[in-house]
Amino acid sequence: MSMLQACLVLSSLLFCVGLAGALARSNTILVLLGIELMLNAANLNFIAFWRYGPHPGAGTGVIFVLFAIAVAAAEAAVGLALVIAVHRHRKSVRLQDANSLKG
Amino acid sequence: MSFALLLIALVLLGSAAAAMLSRNLIHSALLLTGAWAGIAAFYLWAGAEFVAFAQVLVYVGAVSMVVLFAVLLTRQGATAAPVEFDSYKRVVGSIITAGGVGGVLLGAIFGTPLDVPAAPSPAALTVRQLGLQLMGPYAAALLIVGVILTVALLGAIVIAAVDKPEDPAP
Repeated sequence: MSMLQACLVLSSLLFCVGLAGALARSNTILVLLGIELMLNAANLNFIAFWRYGPHPGAGTGVIFVLFAIAVAAAEAAVGLALVIAVHRHRKSVRLQDANSLKG
Repeated sequence: MSFALLLIALVLLGSAAAAMLSRNLIHSALLLTGAWAGIAAFYLWAGAEFVAFAQVLVYVGAVSMVVLFAVLLTRQGATAAPVEFDSYKRVVGSIITAGGVGGVLLGAIFGTPLDVPAAPSPAALTVRQLGLQLMGPYAAALLIVGVILTVALLGAIVIAAVDKPEDPAP
């Protein structure tokens, strides 16, 4: 197993942990954290391909990860603000309780 | 397969799995902070120092604080009630789904002939080069990211603010 494959296996396992957490839990904050873990696993892939790819001199992977971190920070802020807004109206952070728009 | 990568992977996956399994939200948030620090350690190990420090600043510093604030603001009562799993069926279904996705991913990784150079050259990307690239070819993207962050944070304030202050608080 080459180093690139080891890094890809690590990021796949991290993605699976995040996916299982996001699907299994019903607390909205934990679901958001699972999604954050999946985003971070994708970033690990960028760094692994940048480091072990054929062109490590080009900084494309590093710059993409920087932008992904910025967008993920914005997503986390908006998501947690939504959690707080839903909690104020529903007095609950369970995903099943936020079903007003359900037909 | 180096020993450092194995250690980083064990800490990272262990703390992430423990965070997803924990019944206490505060413990989950703190373990997740550990997992993010592990990801920063991976970036350092891979030679991307600038990204590692960005990860520490943004995730270990800022996002973990926001998560802790959200956990504390949405607490149900004075006591820290354990957050139970929803149902046995849902947990089993999610584990089966994640296992299936993981199997597909691992099969793709080991089934793809990767174009890897025999001896990877040492990473030669200094912060100066990174800054020149960010200010040169990626300047437009940098500006757009700044606008996105501003709009998102203003939107977060608008969403989380009390919308009808004249109503008596329930």
